[in-house]
Amino acid sequence: MTGALEVRGLTTRFETRAGPVTAVNDVSFSVAPGRIMGLVGESGSGKSVTGFSILGLIEEPGRVTGGSVLVEGQDLRALKPDQMRRMRGRKVSMVFQDPMMTLNPVLRVGDQMSMAVRVHEKMSKRAAWDRAREALEIVGIPAPAERLKAYPHQLSGGMRQRVAIATALLHRPAVIIADEPTTALDVSIQGQILAEVRRLADETGTAIVWVTHDLAVVSSLADDICVMYAGRIVESGTSEQVITAPRHPYTKGLIESVPSLHEPGRKLPQIPGSTPQLLNLPTGCPFRPRCPRATDICATEPPRLDTDGRHVLCHHPLETT
Amino acid sequence: MSDTATTTGGTLAVPSAAPAETRATRLRNFWSDYRRSPVAVVSLAVIVVLLFVSFGAPLVSPQDPYDMAALDWMDAFLGPGTVGSGGYVHVLGTDNAGRDMLSAIFYGLRTSFVIGLSAGALALTIGICVGLTAAYFGGRIEALLMRIVDLQLSMPAILLALVLVAVLGQGIGQIVLALVVAQYAYFARTTHGAATVERGKDYIEAARSTPLPTRRVLFRHLLPNVMPPLIVVATVQVASAIALEATLSFLGVGLPLTEPSLGSMISNGFKYIHTDRYWLSIYPGIFLMITVVAINLVGDQVRTVLDPRRSR
Amino acid sequence: MTEPLLQIDAVSKRFSRRPGLLTRGLDRLTGTDSAVTVHALTDVSLDVPRGEVMGIVGESGCGKSTLGRIVSGIYAPTDGEVKLDGKPVAQGPDGNVQKLTTRVQMIHQDPFASLNPRMKVGETIAEGPRLHGLMTGEEARQRVRQLLRQVGLEGAYANRLPHQFSGGQRQRIAIARALAMEPELLVLDEAVASLDVSIQAQVLNLFMDLRRELDLTALFISHDLSVVRHVCDRVAIMYLGRVVELATAEELYARPMHPYTEALFASVPTLGTGRAAFKPIKGEIPSPIDPPPGCAFHPRCPFAGPRCRAEVPRLKPSPQGRSVACHLHDGGTGSEETPREVAA
Repeated sequence: MTGALEVRGLTTRFETRAGPVTAVNDVSFSVAPGRIMGLVGESGSGKSVTGFSILGLIEEPGRVTGGSVLVEGQDLRALKPDQMRRMRGRKVSMVFQDPMMTLNPVLRVGDQMSMAVRVHEKMSKRAAWDRAREALEIVGIPAPAERLKAYPHQLSGGMRQRVAIATALLHRPAVIIADEPTTALDVSIQGQILAEVRRLADETGTAIVWVTHDLAVVSSLADDICVMYAGRIVESGTSEQVITAPRHPYTKGLIESVPSLHEPGRKLPQIPGSTPQLLNLPTGCPFRPRCPRATDICATEPPRLDTDGRHVLCHHPLETT
Repeated sequence: MSDTATTTGGTLAVPSAAPAETRATRLRNFWSDYRRSPVAVVSLAVIVVLLFVSFGAPLVSPQDPYDMAALDWMDAFLGPGTVGSGGYVHVLGTDNAGRDMLSAIFYGLRTSFVIGLSAGALALTIGICVGLTAAYFGGRIEALLMRIVDLQLSMPAILLALVLVAVLGQGIGQIVLALVVAQYAYFARTTHGAATVERGKDYIEAARSTPLPTRRVLFRHLLPNVMPPLIVVATVQVASAIALEATLSFLGVGLPLTEPSLGSMISNGFKYIHTDRYWLSIYPGIFLMITVVAINLVGDQVRTVLDPRRSR
Repeated sequence: MTEPLLQIDAVSKRFSRRPGLLTRGLDRLTGTDSAVTVHALTDVSLDVPRGEVMGIVGESGCGKSTLGRIVSGIYAPTDGEVKLDGKPVAQGPDGNVQKLTTRVQMIHQDPFASLNPRMKVGETIAEGPRLHGLMTGEEARQRVRQLLRQVGLEGAYANRLPHQFSGGQRQRIAIARALAMEPELLVLDEAVASLDVSIQAQVLNLFMDLRRELDLTALFISHDLSVVRHVCDRVAIMYLGRVVELATAEELYARPMHPYTEALFASVPTLGTGRAAFKPIKGEIPSPIDPPPGCAFHPRCPFAGPRCRAEVPRLKPSPQGRSVACHLHDGGTGSEETPREVAA
């Protein structure tokens, strides 16, 4: 199976004062055109660093130390920096949690979007402006011609995020990496954007990696889910498989701790302890100290990927019935 | 050094699994960051030496330049390295009254440090009070206080100090007062800026909603968190107070020659700058420059180390 | 019925920013007005009986955090008053609010911002009660350790600084600080919103335990509908500064009456509902600087009629014993057709 995006063995290290930290550890997944992959994890799980690593946006003291990132068969990691720059925005683009990361506060929306068009394609200013307007239409912005003349600060947070998504879509990229793009938005606005993104993936065939901590969001948006813990993907599968029949004890714990699945007022099942420090991970399986199923082998040997049907990184995966 | 961690625990000291971070360990971290710049380390060493020779002036200097009885007219204008009537080498020569230059410089440095440090400390205290009050209470109080500060910052400090000294008269106390008035505004502005940022944070709101008394919120919560930028400003302002005092004395409105400060010594020697008696003003000038530059270099490095944007 | 512990009586809060002298002069010349008034809260009345956990739910600009701060004595209301046990919680004008009670304590959203980074947690916990004479000396030391254990931490942590703790642990410390004041009412402002999912469950469990042990009353402010459903007895839904619906959690979640509540529930993705089963609300949240006339929700409401554009609906108890501020449930929207069956 060839995906729009194939990540193989991606590894990213940071050299910190206290020693090296492997923020992304041998991460592999693939996303087919038109599909949405939810990359789920808690803080420090490496989910955002994975997104940045795919786009080659890791800065010192961090470095992608291994693996390959194939976009439509082309390895991004083999590219020179200026070739990579040309790929970004054209073949792969990114949407950040804070849309102001991509929007320039002193430029009108239309100016910066048409500039983004003309960086990669030769065309007249007017044609680029038209392209920008179309992109705004696609993401469901009402009165797009007006919005093009607005400055970012004149738009609401939800509107800005739509503009950022429209900008990411300008060149019909094969892949969009979206890093917590709705986390800062209100639920009613988040709902609107999720519905638009779903429609976009279906209509344009863009493959989307949706990085988030919110299981509920991915369960209603994504086709596939990868769950990350301490820099590794510990479980992956289709959304339905992962949400309804999790095999990794961590995934199960995460899902069970969501209040809506329980009778109000009852004690919630909780994962004990706190998310591990990447600097001193426990030996063997990093989830071991918090895991109810851990045995002696979990302390000594790192779990191997169980690829029997679904990917689970665990010595004692839960049985699916 | 492991013992230091347990001694500063205070009343709540209890053994814990991981060592609690104490003032001592924080100081140690600060120092390990600070010493990354050799220039700053040398500068700090220079300041320590200068502090020692100036405050220890009666012990280390060959002569007491204040003691008119010990001065001999015969020794006037001796060049550097000459042996005078006292039977010792005047390393940096003597001045027109027969004072040993090196001794006078040590004593003069002491005056400079006393003025610079006390003016800096007073200006810091007043500036903190003004800045904290303005930032915490806001509204009209803030508008009034900060407009006064802005007005003062728009005037050259030297001009303000000149006018004040002219009104107040000569003397160490008067100079310190003039410097404080000229300089507190920098501290007030810095405190205000930092405190305005901190005031909006939840821990201040939490303290207010407990409720804690205003004084406690100001001095136990707000103040400790605005100190880092103030320390940087303080070092720079001490240097500029020393330079400002020297300027005033040079212009003849500062200290009388009977209380030698570096400024009045330079001024005194300036008359002879075109003769071959260059040492009368050059050496005090060099000491002044070294002092001011060293303090500024230390301030720069402190700023770098305390910069929150720096990754630790 | 006994008197409720917390009475919020017709509270309004407006923040106005008066322009500077220069702008005012320019305004006079050009005939404009640069003064900006944010209508954060308008005529909010709520009673919270002793022992109840009242959820306050809404999106940004709905005024839920402002309400929390007024109840905590940080802001003064522009109109109306807040009473605890019949006595006002604070007095004085904004900028110089004097909080009169220690019986209301607040827990903030971001535990990384709510603890003084330069104060040991033991002192952070003990300073309030010490200054108010609730504990002294050796007793305080014991009490701090006991409080830390009560929130699931080790007593020995008293000696550490906040940066040595994780987000979940810090939130526990913030809870211990609030409990140290022996409060009757806790105001939790998005207290679990910034925590990781697995840590959120821990802190919610802690809250539910403490509530039972200490018989606490609480105002639980949150945007997270599933969390509110889990811990709250009654829920007030807010929209643009007003309470639009008030009901027991059970009734509200079973059958929302206000079109906004209904739409809010429909737009929240929930686990296991499958792909795109939710229906988002159309339109944007209006600005509280310039709220729409009439019902603030009418520009986004599928059932809005002429009356909704002209007349502000009041929060009225419905025949079913619930309160809702909507013309649909109070004589109709004035529209020719009644687009929806009003439940009897």
